[in-house]
Amino acid sequence: MLRYLFADELHKFPKLADGMFRDRADQFKTRLGWDVYVNENGEERDQYDDLNPLYVIWEEEDGSHGGSMRVLPTTGRVMVNEVFGHLTGGEPINSPVIWEVTRFCLSRTASPHTAGAIMLSGGEIMEGFGLTHIAGVFDARMIRIYRLIGSSPNVLGSEGKGRDQISVGLWPYSAEDCYRVAERAGIPRELSRLWFKTAFGTGRQHRFSLSA
Amino acid sequence: MGIQLDLSQVLEDLENTSTLDELGDVAVRLRDRLQIEHIIYHWVDGAGDQYGYTTYPDRWAERYREKNYHRIDPVILGCFQRFHPVDWKTLDWSRKVAKNFYKDALEHGVGNQGYSIPIRGPNGQFALFTVNHSCDDDTWKSFMETHGRELILIAHFFNRKALEFESDRQPDATRGQSPREVDAMTLLALGYNRAQVAHSLSISEHALRVYIESARAKLGAQNTTHAIATALSRGLIVV
Repeated sequence: MLRYLFADELHKFPKLADGMFRDRADQFKTRLGWDVYVNENGEERDQYDDLNPLYVIWEEEDGSHGGSMRVLPTTGRVMVNEVFGHLTGGEPINSPVIWEVTRFCLSRTASPHTAGAIMLSGGEIMEGFGLTHIAGVFDARMIRIYRLIGSSPNVLGSEGKGRDQISVGLWPYSAEDCYRVAERAGIPRELSRLWFKTAFGTGRQHRFSLSA
Repeated sequence: MGIQLDLSQVLEDLENTSTLDELGDVAVRLRDRLQIEHIIYHWVDGAGDQYGYTTYPDRWAERYREKNYHRIDPVILGCFQRFHPVDWKTLDWSRKVAKNFYKDALEHGVGNQGYSIPIRGPNGQFALFTVNHSCDDDTWKSFMETHGRELILIAHFFNRKALEFESDRQPDATRGQSPREVDAMTLLALGYNRAQVAHSLSISEHALRVYIESARAKLGAQNTTHAIATALSRGLIVV
């Protein structure tokens, strides 16, 4: 199932949290060779983890970490502006209706549907909180994965070549994309909404009118 | 309640605002246009200073302070450290102190429905924008469906305006330096030339130029030397 947890709630799910930070180290340091810091416990954490971000985590049947991503609002401190600002076309991304997703991570044993399930949570977040876009930073290999999942971003800018290429992109909210991603991930939309409601409460999920 | 709202009118009102008092006037006009009972805007800047505006009755504001209700108020507890909009119904009101607080609030003129929008600004700035009204759940639901997204935008417009007041007092310090920018500026301050800095950080000179330019812009500095001097004097870099 998908869990939506703020950093200050992770202590309630120690196995999930430990797995997430270790799988991040495994993915970003070991497999991709990124210049990220891994602490003595084998966890990849950075300064943005200290800002009480929201994590979306795929929890496996046995309670372990299957995959995850990190979410922060672009009105505050975010990587797309502070680290990749030169890739967004000059203007920082700073909007109450655009949130940033970073550290999209999959465990080595993740099923092919896990990436799609996590992407689907992006759709639930946009729908539930009235967002227009999600901004993200991703490497070259993700472009193919996003296409398979059924939701490709509009690329704002890239640097580097081949496998080392890093890009900043925007995913616009689209109800169609949500249903397509859900279908390919094999998750009924009602179930996905239920997970979201479990985390954020039933009354909160107002359907915003799109006219504003 | 729930009439057609002209968002551009609200924006224009905010544009013409230059003091916190005037911001309060805009809040009152907005409340009247939305035909709801209360609007509360509360913000805490990076230094921990607080400002706010509320249309709640004075006696409730006094009672709130007197009772130190911020320590048990589920709205504060549920929104602080968060950044997603929160309908009050989804908060945890199950504890006895919370129930008593709610009862006391209603008795002092607070409406039974609320929607609070936490805002994260630069440099640890935090604000909370709340709309409050008395009505049944269905009426509230339909109001939120119509105006929820507008309210999120308005909340951020309010905050952006309040940040302008802040930046008048503290010029150009509204955006934090990224770690890369701090590294680049620190090495320059130590006397490294650009090629050496780029080499030390394992980045191209082109990328370095981008970091320096970004740091310079954030600091409101005229050139690189000015930027380094400013960063040093503000304690943003240490050499």
